[in-house]
Amino acid sequence: MKKQIAVIGLEMHCELKSNSKVFSPARNAYNETPNINIAPIDMAFPGTLPVVNKKCVADALKMSMILNCTQPEYMYFDRKHYYYPDLPKGYQITQMTEPVGVNGKIEIEVKEKLIPVYIHDIHLEEDAASLDHYFDTSTIDYNRAGVPLLELVTEPCFHSADEAVAFLEHMRDVYKYCGISEADTKKGQIRCDVNVSIKDEDSDILGTKVEVKNVNSFGGVSDAINYEIKRQTELKEQGRYAEVEQETRRWDEESMQTIRMRSKVDAIDYKYFVEPNIPKYRISKEWLEELKKEIPRLHLERKYDYINNYGLSNYDATILVKEKDIADYFEECLKLNIEAKTASNWITTQILGYINKNDLTIKDIYLTPARLKDLVDLINKGTISSKQAKEIFEKVIKEQKEVKDFITSDSAQINDKEELINLIEEIIKNSPNQVEQYKAGKTNLFDYFVGQVMKNTRGKANPMLTKEILTEKLN
Amino acid sequence: MYLDKSIKELHELLKKGEVTSAELIKESLAKSHEVEEKYNAFVTILDDAKASIITDDLLSGIPFGVKDNFSTKDVLSTGSSNTLNNYVPFYTATVVQKLFDKGAVMVNKTALDEFGMGGTGTTCHTGPVLNPWNRKRMCAGSSAGSACAVASGVYPYALGSDTGDSIRKPAAYCGIVGYKPTYGMLSRYGLFPFASSLDHVGVLTRSVLDAAIVVDAMKGQDKHDMTSWDSRHINLEQALTKDIKGKKLFYIKELVEIENYPKASPELKEHLANFHKTLEIVRGLGIEVEGVNIAKDLLNSIPAVYVILSCAEATSNMSNLTGIIFGPRGTSSKVTDMMMEHRTKGFSPLIKRRFVIGSYILQKENQERYFKNAQRVRRLIVDEMKKLFNIYDGLILPVSSGPAKSFEQNDDVIDENTNVLEEHLQIGNFGGFPSITIPNGFIDNLPVGINITGNCYDDENVLNIAYALESKMNYKGQIAREVEE
Repeated sequence: MKKQIAVIGLEMHCELKSNSKVFSPARNAYNETPNINIAPIDMAFPGTLPVVNKKCVADALKMSMILNCTQPEYMYFDRKHYYYPDLPKGYQITQMTEPVGVNGKIEIEVKEKLIPVYIHDIHLEEDAASLDHYFDTSTIDYNRAGVPLLELVTEPCFHSADEAVAFLEHMRDVYKYCGISEADTKKGQIRCDVNVSIKDEDSDILGTKVEVKNVNSFGGVSDAINYEIKRQTELKEQGRYAEVEQETRRWDEESMQTIRMRSKVDAIDYKYFVEPNIPKYRISKEWLEELKKEIPRLHLERKYDYINNYGLSNYDATILVKEKDIADYFEECLKLNIEAKTASNWITTQILGYINKNDLTIKDIYLTPARLKDLVDLINKGTISSKQAKEIFEKVIKEQKEVKDFITSDSAQINDKEELINLIEEIIKNSPNQVEQYKAGKTNLFDYFVGQVMKNTRGKANPMLTKEILTEKLN
Repeated sequence: MYLDKSIKELHELLKKGEVTSAELIKESLAKSHEVEEKYNAFVTILDDAKASIITDDLLSGIPFGVKDNFSTKDVLSTGSSNTLNNYVPFYTATVVQKLFDKGAVMVNKTALDEFGMGGTGTTCHTGPVLNPWNRKRMCAGSSAGSACAVASGVYPYALGSDTGDSIRKPAAYCGIVGYKPTYGMLSRYGLFPFASSLDHVGVLTRSVLDAAIVVDAMKGQDKHDMTSWDSRHINLEQALTKDIKGKKLFYIKELVEIENYPKASPELKEHLANFHKTLEIVRGLGIEVEGVNIAKDLLNSIPAVYVILSCAEATSNMSNLTGIIFGPRGTSSKVTDMMMEHRTKGFSPLIKRRFVIGSYILQKENQERYFKNAQRVRRLIVDEMKKLFNIYDGLILPVSSGPAKSFEQNDDVIDENTNVLEEHLQIGNFGGFPSITIPNGFIDNLPVGINITGNCYDDENVLNIAYALESKMNYKGQIAREVEE
């Protein structure tokens, strides 16, 4: 058999952040207590009408622009019909005729290489209620009914689970960067459907497409894709490719396999038509321009900026751009003229270490870029050592004081050259054996002398200066 | 007896203290029970309705009725359907709330064709509503109970809804005024939807002035209804000046010229003759009236376009009726069976038929041929009317092909000859046009009506013309007088 290539497309549903739901005045907030955030329309009480949340439309348009999609001239919505208890109206308000974005393209990074991803469309819709099934009953929680959802549909342009997951991670970061979604898979805010087919390496003809629905973690997406590739390839190897049917399957986390739900032949006719209760709304060029200005610089752009223009490593840059607040902190440091690598080192080691350990965010931390600047300046001037700086770093945060409050004459570094020369001459005088051995070629004894200086000054001697004087005196 | 009077007359009596709100309500409730007994007009009579304080608001202290497809907090709201026969909402429709805020007192909920989906007043879950002029006749629908009650003098006005002609036809059959303003002038929030793009809220009264007063009180942009618009610049009551010299109306020749009906019944002949007689009165007012030709195909398409669009939207709008959250729940343990049982038991056969049509139309493979084409033809009809509204202030036509039909006449049998004459009021719903029916005479002791429809947002003009015409005829404020055939 020829080598097989996987062809994968994704549908990514992401819940948006907003005060109220997308067509309802009820609060949009994750809540453990069921049926707390409900307005009459969320349970489809007769006579209720949808009212579009403009903020959700704005966010959807931003995502459309980020994905380099074409935006429609008019905003309107469609009804998608099916009967199920999670959908009280009997239809979902979504966008089919004129999605908020079509024909997009972005680049993402997979293993330090850029690949293009083609976007079929992105559309704004409402979430359904959540159901829990027990032995002989089911419960319905309408908190989620009407929560704004953006569904992003890619073209079948991925060829491995790694690429697909890299895209999902990329998009998760974009959502977070823009503050459009918390994009937390643990809260069920991101849910995916995956389309997988295989084809001969040299062929342009796509194989039979299998859809795997409701995969709710990125790990699950990866496993489901790999499972399907393996299942389809094995059937093909055995000459049983006809058994791969165009069908809908679901990912079962426990058994780690995909399970058939229904054939595409039995696909539901959703009987779409334009929602008559929401008048067409013209999207002006001016509004789009305004929204565009609100889009922050995104992580990939920042990352390449840091690498190419500030000389950071891919590794460090990746850490810095992971969260917008961290990248913003870093850029604030640059504005204050803290040297890029120094700032990067402080952030990636001390600051992130501290906030992770104490479960804080970088915004909470008392050590602002301006205070970090004070600290770094003192090191550069030689007033304090790096070791001291680290101690002061923690003190500033814990005691919420300024850096200068911790610089006393006692703690200050010894930078007085006279003082150090006297001390070093004293040490050399008291260590004739070591001096002799050193001069005989045992140069690693140099560290012994440095150690002696530090011991005598309780670590406060300026190490650079110490080494300079020692070199002079010993040679 | 006071409730045969107009709103302004009642308001003055209340202001002077010649009658109290409590007395009006007592009279209205007594009359409600009498009308319920005789004509079966109500779903609920609110015997505990409370008097309200008399203010400068014309509607304060005065009783009124609400069609039972409006959501009213703590009051049973059934849509005249068994699917909601136990449904007590916890919110009140915007238009009803606006009347409450002005001190108006709701005394009953009126029966309708199930969810407004009928034109006979016979498909209410509480049984058919009888015509107060003649109990062997229908009121037409769907606002049958409201029309019957206003015509009977239960109160000066009742709320209705109008998707095809559901206010304006029963008004004609009951000898009263029925007015639906431009789409979006009155909020639909709390109106149980039938076909959202065609549904209008409106009012049934015994005079044009009362219709203007009530709609003035209810109108306004509603944050719960995106299709509502700001109408602060419109004051219908003040617009009623009778200053109508130089206005122009048109009628559609194909519909009202008797030679187009070779097999015309004596009733139809009389109806059309009466229409032309009324046109003479209109001309006497200094209004120019002209006959206009409209392509026969376009006219003939009206009923089909209506059936397609209304059934499609209705199928969708009523998907929420599953009995899971509200309404009587099915007994099966399987959720699909539960829904099936609720809907099978709850809906009347007429509605089920419409759902089948609606689902068929919306199927992927049929949408283009039926649904999309119907939308296109709707647009053609509306464009044609708008062109004419550039020249004319309004369209004037007779309502229906005669007076109220008897219960023996089967409404399901379509008479191809008079089909469009029966259904032309649907034009007003296609375009969202303001449209008012007023009584213009009697045939066989049964009232008949005439309709004036104008361009969107031109409600003041349309009402003023109707007001002037009304003043030259003797049917304003009439109360049904029951006669035997």
